[in-house]
Amino acid sequence: MIAEIGHFALILALALAVVQGTLPLIGAWRRNDSWMAVSRPTVAGQFVFVSLSLGCLMYAYVASDFSLANVAANSHSDKPLPYKFSGLWGNHEGSMLLWVWILALYGVAIAGLGGNLPPPLRARVLAIQGLVGVGFIVFLLATSNPFLRLDPAPLNGNGLNPLLQDPGLAFHPPLLYFGYVGLSVAFSFAVAALIEGKVDPAWARWVRPWSLLSWSALTAGIVLGSWWAYYELGWGGFWFWDPVENASFMPWLMATALLHSAIVAEKRDALKNWTVLLAILGFSLSLMGTFLVRSGMLTSVHSFAADPERGVFILGFLVVVIGGSLTLYAWRAPSLRSGGRFRPVSREGALVVNNLLLVTGCATVFIGTLYPLILDAISGDKVSVGPPFFESSFVWIMAPLFILTAAGPLLAWKRADLAGVMQRLALAFVAAAAAAILLVALRGGPWGAILGLTIAAWLIGGVAAEFIERLRLFRVPLGDSLRRALVLPRSAWGMSLAHAGVAILIAGTVGATNWQTERVQVMQVGESAEVAGYDFTLVSLGESQGPNYNILRGEFRVQQDGELIDTLHADKRKYWVQGMDTSEAAIRTSWIADIYVAIGDPAPAGGIAVRIYYNPLVPWIWIGALVMVLGGLVSFSDRRHRVGAPSRARRKIQAARPAENEA
Amino acid sequence: MKRKHRRLLFVGLGMAALGIAAALILLAFDDNLVFFFSPTEMQAREFSPDQRLRIGGLVEEGSVVRDGDGLTVRFNITDTANVVAVTYSGVLPDLFDEGQGVVAEGHMLGGTFEAAEILAKHDENYMPREVADALKESGQWQGDEADK
Repeated sequence: MIAEIGHFALILALALAVVQGTLPLIGAWRRNDSWMAVSRPTVAGQFVFVSLSLGCLMYAYVASDFSLANVAANSHSDKPLPYKFSGLWGNHEGSMLLWVWILALYGVAIAGLGGNLPPPLRARVLAIQGLVGVGFIVFLLATSNPFLRLDPAPLNGNGLNPLLQDPGLAFHPPLLYFGYVGLSVAFSFAVAALIEGKVDPAWARWVRPWSLLSWSALTAGIVLGSWWAYYELGWGGFWFWDPVENASFMPWLMATALLHSAIVAEKRDALKNWTVLLAILGFSLSLMGTFLVRSGMLTSVHSFAADPERGVFILGFLVVVIGGSLTLYAWRAPSLRSGGRFRPVSREGALVVNNLLLVTGCATVFIGTLYPLILDAISGDKVSVGPPFFESSFVWIMAPLFILTAAGPLLAWKRADLAGVMQRLALAFVAAAAAAILLVALRGGPWGAILGLTIAAWLIGGVAAEFIERLRLFRVPLGDSLRRALVLPRSAWGMSLAHAGVAILIAGTVGATNWQTERVQVMQVGESAEVAGYDFTLVSLGESQGPNYNILRGEFRVQQDGELIDTLHADKRKYWVQGMDTSEAAIRTSWIADIYVAIGDPAPAGGIAVRIYYNPLVPWIWIGALVMVLGGLVSFSDRRHRVGAPSRARRKIQAARPAENEA
Repeated sequence: MKRKHRRLLFVGLGMAALGIAAALILLAFDDNLVFFFSPTEMQAREFSPDQRLRIGGLVEEGSVVRDGDGLTVRFNITDTANVVAVTYSGVLPDLFDEGQGVVAEGHMLGGTFEAAEILAKHDENYMPREVADALKESGQWQGDEADK
């Protein structure tokens, strides 16, 4: 009964979405206020019904109602409660419903917060959101209905994929989806602007915070997935350039570019066409990412073929959304007039280069990810494109970006004085030189690692230089600087934080990829192994039980120069329902390096296979990403992003801000 | 600077960026494309020991043998028509098992495939798509059980 209510609620939501997607659009065209006004109640209604639907499915999961095919396939009564919840989005159908719910949530947010938007723009934006919603709900109902019944109902379910029974991965999909779907807001604004033929700074002021929010969520989601892979897969790696990872990385790159070009559109009324295009491409890639991963097209063409209905629908939907919006763009974009002019050497110019590099980088990832699919379709040859491809293409496109990131914020709008900027970057030069000399002396190589860390130091130096400049630190009394820090717009804080986070992340990535020490061997109880100056002794091997799995636990004593550092417990779990194994690596971090121990299979002659890693700088990856997310959120909280914030407050901030240093 | 010049400059920059990217991509493709073969396709070919390749299929039931050192594993990859013997030294992924789909990356050395890396499926639904296709080609694809 509950499931039928959920199903029915979804159908009602579809009906409302159809209304939301059509009437206001016509109303905006015919200047009919009452038709435009339809959008807000329908948005609210859609949210209520989708929430009801999601609630019903959640109830079915928590109550272990195995008469639902979706629950039976992805849950089990022995599963701990939190994972009954997360089981909902651990599969295609449930995650699509979550997608639709988040879309409805964003719709409510626009309707609720957009009171000061011009009514036609608001009506159009909400209508586009409605149309995207229509596409997804039809997809759900027609091909991926989570409310289908099983008759007879099985006694118990198949259980959740054990790899997903993990706190890191429980939150990974929702965060990622908040990011993916957040890009739909920028997309809807872009399409609405194309229909209106008007992009003004107020438009950009709306697009920016939404892009910031979804960028932050996307960053957090991707990193959570990466962190999970690091501790759960037992391989000591954090990024594999796997197609599924790339599918989330491409929208992130686009969102990053969008974030930066929206600044130019807002502050300088320039790059408007380009910003609109990025908004369209960003959402297109996030749609593609969702579908490619969830339909299994990337990991397995087979499931694509096995359900031709779903595959055809996906292709059709992608063609309509991407093709339609790009056609609209080609038709309408020439009518969007660009305002502010600028010299090549200027803040705008730097942001253009930023965008070019990010988009080019995204294109290389795109080609590397889809090339095997395309080649297979054309010639039937099967190839794989692995990490070396991305390391020798993408990384080289990003390096100049990171170098320029230090200089960009120091450049003035319109036209900048290059020599002056170089002077102000003195700190960055010093930091880079110090890092390079120190690294050559201490480590000696490989040179790629030294170059990477030098760039990271350069970037940190640049961020610090810009911050000092902004506060006039050391040039005015300290008290004045502090006062400046207090009135500094949050977007400026956010930028400095995010860029500093990037630098830390680069350092972590470079260190981890170049200086990892690995040792794989069979160890008997009592045996010791030495890795990177640490002695690891396998003290004991014991078995125990978790809620729905058996645990094989290796206890390791870690010593350095005879002194006990820590005792680590590396687990291997065997899940009862699926008979599958997972690893739980034992990690001890010093915040500069990780010691990482994972156990493998027991050896026939006794003992157990053990992997021990010494991973320098890996913790910095997580710290850097966290700082980036923090930067995004701080910037998002900037009151200037709230259109119609009291103008008095806005004036005050603007007065306090040095004119040539606007964020 | 005139609007036209500015546009030209940025178009030029864009082209340069794309050109460099294309060059990087082509160079990277040259070295890093790894071709995939099924055991049946391997029969008809000669491989130089330097060529890195991937093979995939099912781990043949009963073929997994672990050497005394506990790290070296020997097993056969089969598409049920033909078999390739594989050796691998290291810790196998958690989801490696007899009768399951597997992809091995490495080199062909004197009739044995020396794997540098073993990729097993990621979850119970996932059949590496190359494996699924290889099985289909040998007529042994049994369908949709693995799919759901």
